[in-house]
Amino acid sequence: MKIEKQVTSGQLDFTFSRRAIFVGGVQAAIGATVAARMSYIAVADNEKYKLLAESNRVNLTIIPPRRGWFIDRNGKPIATNRADFRVDIIPDRLVRKDETIATLANLLALSSDDVDRIHRELQLAQGFQPVQVADGLDYERFAAVSVRLPDLPGVSPRQGYSRFYPSGAAVGHLVGYVGTVSAEEYQKNKNPLLITPGFKVGKDGLEKTLEAKLQGEPGAKRSEVTARGKIIRELTTRPDTPGKSVQLTIDIDLHNFAARRLGLESGSVVVFDCLTGDILTMASMPCYDPNSFSDGIGRIEWKMLNSDDHIPMLNKALQGLYPPGSTLKPMAALALLKNGVDPDETVFCAGGYRLGNRVFKCLGRHGTMNMTSAIMKSCNTYFYSMGRRIGYDKIAPIARELGLGQEFPLPFPSQRYGTVPDSEWKQRKLGQAWTESDTLNAVIGQGYIIASPFQLGLMAARIASGLNIHPQILKSNRAAPSLLSFPTEHLDIVRNGMNLVVNGAGTAVRSRLPLENIMMAGKTGTAQVRRIAGAQRGQSGAWKYRDHGLFICFAPVDNPRYGAAVVIEHGMGGARAAAPIAKDVLTFIYDRELAMKSLEALEAGWGGNIEQRLAAKYAAFQGQPAEPPPLDPTA
Amino acid sequence: MTGIVPAPIASLPWRVIFILMALVGFGATVLYSAAGGHLEPWAGKHVARFLVLLAMAIVMSRLKMEFWKSITFPLYLILLILLVVVELMGFVGGGSQRWINLGIITLQPSELMKPVMVLAAAWFFDRLPPNRINGIDAIWPIIALLVLPSALVVIQPDFDAAIAYAFGLGVVAFLAGLPLIYFISAGGALAVIAPLIYFFGMKPYQQDRVLIFLNPENDPLGAGYHITQSKIAIGSGGIFGKGFGNGTQSHLDYLPEGHTDFVFATMAEEWGIVGGFFILGLYVLLMRWGLRVAMQSKTRYGQLVAAGLTCTIFFYIMINLLMVVGLAPVAGIPLPFVSHGGSSMLTMMICVGIIMSIERHPGAKRGQFT
Repeated sequence: MKIEKQVTSGQLDFTFSRRAIFVGGVQAAIGATVAARMSYIAVADNEKYKLLAESNRVNLTIIPPRRGWFIDRNGKPIATNRADFRVDIIPDRLVRKDETIATLANLLALSSDDVDRIHRELQLAQGFQPVQVADGLDYERFAAVSVRLPDLPGVSPRQGYSRFYPSGAAVGHLVGYVGTVSAEEYQKNKNPLLITPGFKVGKDGLEKTLEAKLQGEPGAKRSEVTARGKIIRELTTRPDTPGKSVQLTIDIDLHNFAARRLGLESGSVVVFDCLTGDILTMASMPCYDPNSFSDGIGRIEWKMLNSDDHIPMLNKALQGLYPPGSTLKPMAALALLKNGVDPDETVFCAGGYRLGNRVFKCLGRHGTMNMTSAIMKSCNTYFYSMGRRIGYDKIAPIARELGLGQEFPLPFPSQRYGTVPDSEWKQRKLGQAWTESDTLNAVIGQGYIIASPFQLGLMAARIASGLNIHPQILKSNRAAPSLLSFPTEHLDIVRNGMNLVVNGAGTAVRSRLPLENIMMAGKTGTAQVRRIAGAQRGQSGAWKYRDHGLFICFAPVDNPRYGAAVVIEHGMGGARAAAPIAKDVLTFIYDRELAMKSLEALEAGWGGNIEQRLAAKYAAFQGQPAEPPPLDPTA
Repeated sequence: MTGIVPAPIASLPWRVIFILMALVGFGATVLYSAAGGHLEPWAGKHVARFLVLLAMAIVMSRLKMEFWKSITFPLYLILLILLVVVELMGFVGGGSQRWINLGIITLQPSELMKPVMVLAAAWFFDRLPPNRINGIDAIWPIIALLVLPSALVVIQPDFDAAIAYAFGLGVVAFLAGLPLIYFISAGGALAVIAPLIYFFGMKPYQQDRVLIFLNPENDPLGAGYHITQSKIAIGSGGIFGKGFGNGTQSHLDYLPEGHTDFVFATMAEEWGIVGGFFILGLYVLLMRWGLRVAMQSKTRYGQLVAAGLTCTIFFYIMINLLMVVGLAPVAGIPLPFVSHGGSSMLTMMICVGIIMSIERHPGAKRGQFT
């Protein structure tokens, strides 16, 4: 039998004292733990937590930098920043929701669509996250809201900046446009600036390639905020550093005129300063309006651009490639002279040239032709005959020296360089030997040879000055260009031929400049889009099968200063479509009033200027069902 | 004792009153700053409430220990019934409810049960003959004492209260001399049962609390927000703090519950660890007073009650401080005498009042005659 151990109250008293001391010890240990932990947090980690408390307390608002301007060679603005007025609602401060929105809808002329969106966003928004009511407001509307602020708690009118292109669609292809950063761009570079409301980056053209220079440094506004985002007070504000301005070689007045003068056509005008290589004009029409692109592209606008067979999204001056046609004849003449052809030697044109059993046609029966008259009359027979004599491998290097097929280091996202074919090229590309009929085609600018309007304009400028000019779009002072390899006598013969094209008995006599002292020299070109049987020759029928019209020119004849090219897609002929535009553009340089008068008369017939025509077209597209535009339309 | 101070006032337990006044006064200072330099809504009420409850405690200290002993078991039964009533009201009202509204005051039986649990345990061990302390007779009654109210609060659900009951009763049982093997095996069993409770006994929000306590950075904006912001407040305060009225964490509302459960963080941000050590020092004095009263009590009931109630106060202090410095999960337990809040102050002052009564009436040893 087990004997129970007897416990007395004295023993329990003793146990109590011992255990009470133990409990006190445990309490002291826990107290020491708390003290140690607290000291560790507050002393060892003090810096870390101070920083965290500070980042809690201070809210950093990024002020997007103002973008650098684009200005033209005379300092006139091409792209600027317009003070942008916007109105937001701060949901937490809003008192009478429906009443306030109704008042705003009335003051700002909001559509029912907008009102619906605001109601929807207000339901989703929380606290102090602003809901946009409207942006891009004019000052009157903005002021109308501002003066009523005491009656509109929760409404916040603010001022920012948005990109503005005074020339609208005329400069779309030249400078591109800006837009909000895409998700992929933000993934690559997680700069909080990129997702700051109101911040935009270049999406196309010079806006895209010169982004680093134009962007500038953001400013910052520090304010003390509560956990719920309520601003207690402003601390400090560091202003933004605007991006650097970029001066272009463009003469914006001339450029705008050229773009307007293109009218309803699909085409491009390029004008060079033939002494320096400065690009004075690079117009490509039709074009989107970069102002509306920068605000985001609407469905209707996108459909309107996409359904246009004149391809408004393509910069035709740099990216359009065309068979140059007869505009290559002055270049071919320089090649002939260089290879010993006597300019006075004649060829008889009976309306064509026989090669083997095939007859290559001329546009007329020109009779006896020397080099000068062959350029003036654009006689194919002369160039077939002489070109065949020296061979195209002798002509191709001259074409390259004048800029065809060449790449230029210009800050545009994409250029196309075309092709200057020769026997080596054909062997490499097609694995075939060069034939004499290839030479005959190439010498009149058909067949394999293709070039951009930009290159044709440069060619005209180089022939005009005899200088090896390099094109430039960013204004800077450069060393004077060297001479090309052509003797002055050769250049004079070719220039004289081009002079006679306009001022003699040539193909473009109707495009003589309406000026007393200034004369223009030029060369027309008509390029077949496809081989057409019979006599039709691409002069009628569906628009997209008609011949391209081309014209290269320079002025003044006696002391060349400007070289230019005009290419009109499916314009049916250089003399008919391109030369008159070149005439007006060059006239504008010397006599603005005269040129404007003729332009205004033309625009009256076209249904207004570029802006008015775009607005009318937009109105016509209203109400049609439309797909939303892609995220990055130019990619 | 004669002097210029009248005897009734001189006979008050001034030592503990000074400690409490220092705690409450400092707490009121912190609450004054937390309210942006206003007595409203916390600081003024805090002091007023303390003064009223101090008066109550002094009245309680005049009551003899035998009185407490005599009402212990009835009190326990009444509270048990009230817990059932609260449960039924919650059932009828369709939702969890913890208090009974009596018009003038709201009665929270689960809160009042915390000191009464200690009284009941002490009452039981006082009645238990010393030679039965190692037997089964010492075990089942206290388990019954614990399980009945615990079950009622757990279904509310209020785990914190159940743990507080277990703690109070456990401490009394430990001090009463229950064999150590029980406590060792209970600790071992807890290590096994705790994971089971976590996975099968806890609601998702309670599981979250535990998980987030283990790694608050996982959820810095959700439930881990409290711990993270509390550490930021204490850590950014440094040694001397940011100065009175300069705490940004509390004033800009980053610190949640800055006037109740996280009042220590609010204080530490403005007063630094100097302020923290001041409060800890006062608590050390308070605990020393309570345990000393227990040691000097001549009766077993007085010993166990004084020590048990001291430990009940300590339980609040410990859970709150460990939570605030990030060493324990977030629990809704305020810091005694510093946090704003009526029901916890009531519980604390009941504890103090009874300990004061034991200090005043140490009683006589069994078998001794006075």
